[in-house]
Amino acid sequence: MLGMGLIETLIHLMLLLLLPPLLLGVINKTKALAAGRVGAPYLQLYYDLFKLMRKGMVLSRTTTWIFPAGPVITLAAVMLAGLLIPFGPFNAPIAFAGDLILFAYLFGLARFFTTAAALDTGSAFEGMGAAREVTFACLSEPALFFALLVLAKKTGSLTLNHMLHGPITVFPAPAEAPLVLVALGLFVVLLAETCRIPIDDPNTHLELTMIHEAMSLDHSGPLLGVILYASALKLFILSALLLHLVAPFQSGYMYLDWLLFVVETFGVAVLIGILESLMARLQMKRVPYLLTGALLLCGAGFILLVR
Amino acid sequence: MMSLDLLIFALTLTAVSGLPGLVMSRTSLWSQRIAASLMSIGALAGLIGAFGALRVPVYATANFPWPAMGNSLLGIDALSAFFLVPIFLMGGLGSIYSLGYWPQRRHPRDSKRLHLFWGGLVAGMALLVLSKHAMAFLLGWEVMALSAFFLISLEDQRRECRRAGLTYLVAAHIGTLTLFGFFVFWRWATGSYTLQPPAGDALSLGVMNGLFFIALLGFGLKAGFMPLHFWLPGAHTQAPSHVSAMLSGVVLKMGIYGILRILSLLPDPPVFWGGALLVLGVASGLLGVVFALGQHDLKRLLAYHSVENIGIILMGMGLAMMGRSLGRPEWVVLGMAGCLLHVWNHSFFKSLLFLGAGAVVHATGTREIDRLGGLAKSMPWTAPLFLVGAVAICGLPPLNGFVSEWLVFLGLLQAGMTRGTSGALAMVGAPLLAMVGALAVACFVKVYGTIFLGTARTKAAVQAQEVPFSMRGPMIVLAAVCVLIGLVPMLVAPILDAVIANIAGEVDVRQLSLTSLAPLEIIGAMSALLLLCILSLWLALFMKDRVRRSVITWDCGYACPTSRMQYTASSFARTIVAMFGWILRPRGQQPQLQGSFPDPATLQSHVDEVVLDRFIIPGFHVLEQCFGWFRRFQQGLTQHYILYILITVILMLGTLLPFREIFTFLITR
Repeated sequence: MLGMGLIETLIHLMLLLLLPPLLLGVINKTKALAAGRVGAPYLQLYYDLFKLMRKGMVLSRTTTWIFPAGPVITLAAVMLAGLLIPFGPFNAPIAFAGDLILFAYLFGLARFFTTAAALDTGSAFEGMGAAREVTFACLSEPALFFALLVLAKKTGSLTLNHMLHGPITVFPAPAEAPLVLVALGLFVVLLAETCRIPIDDPNTHLELTMIHEAMSLDHSGPLLGVILYASALKLFILSALLLHLVAPFQSGYMYLDWLLFVVETFGVAVLIGILESLMARLQMKRVPYLLTGALLLCGAGFILLVR
Repeated sequence: MMSLDLLIFALTLTAVSGLPGLVMSRTSLWSQRIAASLMSIGALAGLIGAFGALRVPVYATANFPWPAMGNSLLGIDALSAFFLVPIFLMGGLGSIYSLGYWPQRRHPRDSKRLHLFWGGLVAGMALLVLSKHAMAFLLGWEVMALSAFFLISLEDQRRECRRAGLTYLVAAHIGTLTLFGFFVFWRWATGSYTLQPPAGDALSLGVMNGLFFIALLGFGLKAGFMPLHFWLPGAHTQAPSHVSAMLSGVVLKMGIYGILRILSLLPDPPVFWGGALLVLGVASGLLGVVFALGQHDLKRLLAYHSVENIGIILMGMGLAMMGRSLGRPEWVVLGMAGCLLHVWNHSFFKSLLFLGAGAVVHATGTREIDRLGGLAKSMPWTAPLFLVGAVAICGLPPLNGFVSEWLVFLGLLQAGMTRGTSGALAMVGAPLLAMVGALAVACFVKVYGTIFLGTARTKAAVQAQEVPFSMRGPMIVLAAVCVLIGLVPMLVAPILDAVIANIAGEVDVRQLSLTSLAPLEIIGAMSALLLLCILSLWLALFMKDRVRRSVITWDCGYACPTSRMQYTASSFARTIVAMFGWILRPRGQQPQLQGSFPDPATLQSHVDEVVLDRFIIPGFHVLEQCFGWFRRFQQGLTQHYILYILITVILMLGTLLPFREIFTFLITR
């Protein structure tokens, strides 16, 4: 039993640390195919990360130790959050009552230091990005909590392991209506937290309209690599969370299930890629409406559940 | 008994700490040194006594046969000892801080007054927490309220300072008057002025409701939750910074102590008390942080965050009270643990933040956030210490704020797990608390980023220098406590268990220890793991001596960015302020730009204190008009006032006359 647990943990760690950059490759490939281009190779982000890690860095004279600490603390917090979330039908390495709160607050810690590092440069653009990031989080964070609340209430547990493994039933049953609403809301939260279209455009060329990219304008070399890697990790973790709601399939065979989980994760990446090909970025002033919508969806799911 | 003696010794020593200075000359530096050392010794003795009482839960009392005060009782139990810890800690640290912040040499006029009333404030609070009798309680309460008034209006040469002091005095006295009413009512209902649980079910439900809501009003005016917070922003802004730290970190908690004490005495409440506390808590939490976001004045902003944190404390309390009504021990334990631990935590990190704000004011002479910037380089101690406070107040791991907010969250979620509407309603508090947390992050990124990061915006900020060690030392102690509780939260679990047993009423919580409900040791381990992760990543990244180049900020290719191009605090919060414009009512002047080369223009925006400016002051104006005729009795002539005193004395003596006997004598004749 211990042996099995150890193998599970090892695979969990391996996937958590190695897989995320591939997701961005899948998204970009999907977008390229939809636009009729060949696109960058799937492994492009790995190449970029290797290149960046070997470089030196250029630091602004304005900055203090907060500036390099921002990406480092962000990455540490996101990695720790990744240890709390179960992948597919397997258990997370660390689980305890109330770990969902730590999960959400680790993202809060990451946000605090990302935005503080942005303000450390004294640049107007990075200030703008930081302001937008914290503003939108005020709506996406309660939405995430409502979603977790629905899961907690539905399964009667406050441990992410049980909460996320609970709702395995035949999907479109009427009793699952709250879960459908929550899944929709959670998807919007995922897009917002990972800065994808329609909330933010990762490929935009105009600094004035950026959110996440604006905050990393001054980061270079290994620091930029850490930022890119951390945001890929975040995307991976949030899709793993979402997958428990939309694709709770399992075969019962351990290695097949891991494979299934990886394929499902790519499915989310393809979905994001298709969405990004079909939609344009929203006007900045409309983003709060979208996020309020997500909040209401998750809230409605909660009301449906307890009514 | 030993710890009670120690505490009474500490109380006496702190009360007289300012007295020796009064007989010394204005220029002598010894008056404040003596005051600070007396206060520190007293505080140390008090802390030892309080921890002694917390470690071994005792109930010791001491009688002071003083008939005028109704033979006052002093006593120590876990609840009293719990609140004594922040009082004495902050009392000692604050007096050391004031050596550097308010030196005798620069403030010969009011330094002695500061120490005199600082001693009074600490002793008053210690007395009210220790007293088990209404009279001693009110004595302590009034000493605290008046000392605080003199401390707030210390710089009474400034107009806004006098105004803030006066607003505080009015609020404090309405509160005290309510408490007088409360204790008279208490006496009527229970037959005694002692603060002991009334025998049996002597109280009817109506009386209990009356008692609770009067207490909520009277103590709430001190605790400062919405909408009774109106005196708080002005007072916290105008007072010297360590006084603000004491006011915000400790004095507000006396209101919380009062409510908790009354709740511990009353039998199990109806469920809507808990609901009311929870709703008040959510409202204070949300509105407090939203108002904070709109502020430009650092200390005013921190003051609004006190409203927010009192809200979080009330949420825990409300949940625990609902648990008492419904007989759910786990709600009581988790809610109360969150409430109590947040009382401590808030007093530590908020004091730290106010002391940090004081250091900023000391170094630059301004409280305006948008006039600062880049202080992290010139103040290498204050900046990281302030950062510790900022991360802690946002409730982020791995610091102490997270532990208490996590307990409140856990309690709310636990309540939601059970069947029934009250649990589901309590559960809605959790996403709202998450929103409060996200808004607090926005607010403190704004504060820290604008004040300490970037480049200096004004000359004052350029010339800032690090503050002396007497000011840094207290901040280091407070930051260390914040880190300690974050990393080793198990340490406080037995203390919390002892206090919770005091307040749990008829719900049996003896079987449930806090650690059995909440895995505090895992939280501690996770915090340590987080720090370890950060440290190893940092080392991995910076072990290799990388090629580094220092350049100017890129700023999208613009080669000479200036400090005026930085994002300001007002712009940073603008979207959120607009989102909550319906309650904040931001006031501003948009500049009118005309022509191809417009003249220089200015943009202003303010968020006023809505309750004070829109309700309280207009309300008082109406009252003033109604009582215009009363001016006739207030002509400013000393003779008149002596006459009033004489009439009062005669009337009071008149009550001693044996009226009944006189009447019977007259009638029988």
